Amino acid sequence: MHKPRLQLQASFDIAHLQYLDNQGKAIQSLPEFATPDWLTHCYRQMQLARLVDDRAVKLQRTGRLGTYPSTLGQEAIGIATGNALAADDVYCPYYRETGALLERGVTIEEILAIWGGDERGQNFQHSPSDLPICIPIATQMLHAVGAAFALKQRHQQEGVPLQAAVASSGEGATSKGDFYEAMNLAGVWKLPVVFVVNNNQWAISVPRHGQTATQTIAQKAVAAGIPALQVDGNDVVAVAWAVQDALQRARNGDGPALIEAISYRLCDHTTADDASRYRSAEALQQAWQWEPIKRLDRYLREQGLWSDAKQQDLDRELATTMEMALGNWQTRTPEPVTAIFDHLYAQLPEGLYEQYDQLRDEQQQGAGA
Amino acid sequence: MGDQQNTITLVEAVTQALAFELKNNPEVVVFGQDVGANGGVFRATEGLQERFGAARVLDTPLAETMIAGVAVGMATQGLRPVAEFQFMGFIYPGLDHILSHATRMRNRTRGRLSCPVVYRAPYGGGIHAPEHHSESTEAIFAHIPGLRVVVPSSPARAYGLLLAAIRDPDPVLFLEPKRIYRAAKQPVPDDGEALPLDRAFVLREGCDLTLVAWGASVKETLEAAEQLSASGIEAEVIDPATLKPLDIHTIIDSLEKTRRCVVVHEAARFGGLGAEIAAQIQEYAFDLLEAPVQRVTGYDTVMPYYQLEGAYLPGVERILAGARTALEYSRCEPGSSISANALSGGEALP
Ligand SMILES: Cc1ncc(C[n+]2csc(CCOP(=O)(O)OP(=O)(O)O)c2C)c(N)n1
Ligand SMILES: [Mg+2]
Repeated sequence: MHKPRLQLQASFDIAHLQYLDNQGKAIQSLPEFATPDWLTHCYRQMQLARLVDDRAVKLQRTGRLGTYPSTLGQEAIGIATGNALAADDVYCPYYRETGALLERGVTIEEILAIWGGDERGQNFQHSPSDLPICIPIATQMLHAVGAAFALKQRHQQEGVPLQAAVASSGEGATSKGDFYEAMNLAGVWKLPVVFVVNNNQWAISVPRHGQTATQTIAQKAVAAGIPALQVDGNDVVAVAWAVQDALQRARNGDGPALIEAISYRLCDHTTADDASRYRSAEALQQAWQWEPIKRLDRYLREQGLWSDAKQQDLDRELATTMEMALGNWQTRTPEPVTAIFDHLYAQLPEGLYEQYDQLRDEQQQGAGA
Repeated sequence: MGDQQNTITLVEAVTQALAFELKNNPEVVVFGQDVGANGGVFRATEGLQERFGAARVLDTPLAETMIAGVAVGMATQGLRPVAEFQFMGFIYPGLDHILSHATRMRNRTRGRLSCPVVYRAPYGGGIHAPEHHSESTEAIFAHIPGLRVVVPSSPARAYGLLLAAIRDPDPVLFLEPKRIYRAAKQPVPDDGEALPLDRAFVLREGCDLTLVAWGASVKETLEAAEQLSASGIEAEVIDPATLKPLDIHTIIDSLEKTRRCVVVHEAARFGGLGAEIAAQIQEYAFDLLEAPVQRVTGYDTVMPYYQLEGAYLPGVERILAGARTALEYSRCEPGSSISANALSGGEALP
């Protein structure tokens, strides 16, 4: 059979970044931003995220919270991403983002409100331009591209410094058209947007290899003509470097980037899931060896930056923070039911007055009964 | 699963119907997100991959456009795809393929090709789920020419109607009311007997009032009927089951007796199926009516997060209020322009 002679047209490679290995050993010198203060800040925030997750799961188990998606084992990605964003960047988070939200100044009360079935949680008081957490998979990536377009236009028309948008997602989300469409447009229009993918190996019960035949998630960016990097998602320094670097390039007008952060979902998909149905205890056990908090702990202790005494202080401080937040959340006045009409339009159209009155009257009768 | 009588829940009846068809029709394939080892997030496909193999019960990557679209291709080539969308709120990326292709293939090719596909999805509120997990947007789909929209409200109807949907030569959207997935059990023999599509079911007979409801709302509607019965009013309760095409005849037959009708649905009111049913009733049976058809529905708001979903969902009280409005209505004097009854809505409560 005839075999034609072919010429190589394009090739690519995907680099992987790691600073701290499984044992918490630095395999290369750390970047300048990784000061003792920065490292201990990240360490604190990762522990706070883990505590919030832990309490949220317990609240769900006792019927006081709705379905909750824990970030257990994936704290480094959220903290590093949230930390790298500047105040006036725009963050477009997916739903598994407790750590990143905390870094953005979203309060624990707001996080609990969201998963406790209260829209007021999405009314972020400290990051007014960020998008709410997004549940329909991968849709937020397109929103981030649109936001980046707006940031670029504001920069060009008003001369304000160029800011960037960041969208987060899971690896399952990279199977959806929205993901490709977002990267494609961001590449064509050279927009200041960074896509951070938490590759936690699972999309509910579907393992990474059931999602895509590609060798890496990062290489999906190659087809869109945008730079990509794979990082150790359990290494907070590596994630932070990658996001900071991508943001820097975006703000310099050099366009978008994709970051694949490799982690492992140490928890069930959500509290509604039972992962023991589809993954082995051994796989889970194995993955615990890579988790991000222990790794940073080892590094910090090795450097003389952490001790049992400091940990005890931190435990106390975090417990207090958590208890206060829980108290505030639990004693919050419920929203009046008519709130379901209040934010439907800028102004309630007359055609809805009757329904509004009906709901209010029903509520009053119900309350009086 | 069931006991000797095969007493099972609605979700188990779905599994039983899928298993029956997988066993008896080699053309059937079942696929969707997490339907394999996990058995579906609601366990509707529990054990099926184990029994019928990973070539016929398949986990897909995460993409609804893909799920809806590959089903079209499979169906044109003689397979009977049964595709699961994890929640109704996540069908929308697949809408293009449902609206532009699955429902048009037969017409577009003048019968040369067809799309006997079943799209399944759990739907409806009341389970304290996060956003997008509680919608009832059946009217959007019922508006699509060429589509059947089917909603079971009991284990037996889930079994019989799903068998019928899979065997039907045209595309069916099969919406499963997740709030009552496990609410009740009923003996459902695994005999492969389908129930008819396009036929309404009379769930309770009565001659004073006709209540029309489907899906999970059937539960509250039957409860309301019992309460009315205690005060001497006998309501007939009709479950259309196939929402599109609609069996209006069964409803009109009932109105011959009752002359008053209330339609109940969780979905928003504006352009909801209550509007279609009311319109058909006045077209076919204007002279029978003693009162305007009442609609007891969700509000024209976004489905709220769960703290406020109870206020949104039509419960027994709201159904009773609608029933009383229909029952107490009397025609206004000739010459007066508008009936006060018509505008007082729920205020006719005792
Ligand atoms: C469009 C859409 N389809 C399905 C779902 C249901 N769902 C929620 S999370 C999830 C898996 C997501 O996996 P991945 O993207 O890897 O993120 P992870 O949850 O693992 O962080 C699915 C299928 C959804 N939310 N949106
Ligand atoms: Mg994942």
